[in-house]
Amino acid sequence: MQNSGINVLFEGSNFERLLGGLLVTMEIAFISIVIGTVLGIVMGLLRTLKSGPIRFVLRLYLETFRIIPILVWLYVVYFGFTPLLNVNISGELTAIIVFSLWGAAEIGDIVRGALESLPKHQVESGQALGLTYRQLYRHVLIPQAVRRMLPGSINLATRMIKTTSLVVLIGVVEVVKVGQQIIELGVIKAPAASFWVYGFIFILYFLVCYPLSRLSKRFERKWQN
Amino acid sequence: MNLDWEFIVESLPLYGEAMWLTLKIAFWAILFSLIVGLLCSIVLYYKVKGISGIIVAYTELSRNTPLLVQLYFLYYGFTKMGLHMSEMTCAIVGMTFLGGGYMTEAFRGGIEAVSKTQMESGVSLGLSKVQLARYVILPQAFAISVPSLGANAIFLLKETSIVGAIALLDVMNVAKDLIGMYYKTAESLILLVLAYLVLLLPLSILLTWVERKVRYAEFGD
Repeated sequence: MQNSGINVLFEGSNFERLLGGLLVTMEIAFISIVIGTVLGIVMGLLRTLKSGPIRFVLRLYLETFRIIPILVWLYVVYFGFTPLLNVNISGELTAIIVFSLWGAAEIGDIVRGALESLPKHQVESGQALGLTYRQLYRHVLIPQAVRRMLPGSINLATRMIKTTSLVVLIGVVEVVKVGQQIIELGVIKAPAASFWVYGFIFILYFLVCYPLSRLSKRFERKWQN
Repeated sequence: MNLDWEFIVESLPLYGEAMWLTLKIAFWAILFSLIVGLLCSIVLYYKVKGISGIIVAYTELSRNTPLLVQLYFLYYGFTKMGLHMSEMTCAIVGMTFLGGGYMTEAFRGGIEAVSKTQMESGVSLGLSKVQLARYVILPQAFAISVPSLGANAIFLLKETSIVGAIALLDVMNVAKDLIGMYYKTAESLILLVLAYLVLLLPLSILLTWVERKVRYAEFGD
């Protein structure tokens, strides 16, 4: 086969550039997961309160993120905030804002679910033992809630990493964009490059997400009982 | 904020067409995904040697890679290797690849959740493996998987927002074009969000209702 195009991956610094692009999406995902987790824990705690209005608002917040596609959110923030608030925000910042808010909504739901699923007698036994409120959370509730949260949270992380691929559509230079640049550069020399470049990116994402989803499955099985 | 109502009314037909396209793609993608998922989960159920391994690999691949990359690979990559598909076919094939993996997981989860005693009772009644699947396991598995099947359907309908990336004139693309041409950003974005609400809200409400019905059928309370 004359010039199948696979060499394009290893020409010059192409390989490093693609990995660098992947790093950009990972950074966006990582920052958003951290911010989302912090906000989400607060939100999840708020959602276990009895107050009707708070619950309603936070539920609405979650549902809006569940119903409207993330790409639409990216468009709304990227194209909408600029004229509305008269600020210019980069694609990266847009992505971090949207993914953090999305993560907060979903983590909030996971935290709420975990806390509410804890059997009541756990709290009652703790109180009967004379634990203070702080001790109760520190030694009884949080360790159990974290177990219930972990599989779902890791799944959310893989979903966020996969969804970061969309930021190319609002102009962030990440792995897909780098791939496009490499393909365009070699459009005459290696017409089949797109097959290998996109195939390679496909594998890259798989290599990142697969271990995470395995991990989540393992936690799920380990802590089922 | 002053909205240009004339512009909104004028661009409604464009959004309407695009929503119709989105619905068509979603319909075929969901239908084919269900078929793929059902077939794959049946193969997994019977533990067919060789094929089961391939199907497990397929579900992991489809579930752990982004749709955008799958579509680019299919649309730009495979055409270069001599396989030509229209954008529409490509979108449906790509989304079926993605959705099939999710639906397989949903059906498989349902099959696993059918209690062991059901299977044992069937065997002791002398049912063949096919009869067991047809009359005992699959109907119950289907009822159990309805919530996750529905969630997957909504997920797929939302994922259609990405097909604009391979040059299909879907809702996202229309909004982007209108912003680019007329700078009516607010109007275009409002219509964009509304379009998805119109598409997704009824499905979401329907799903909650069906879920309740199925729960009722399952546990009778």
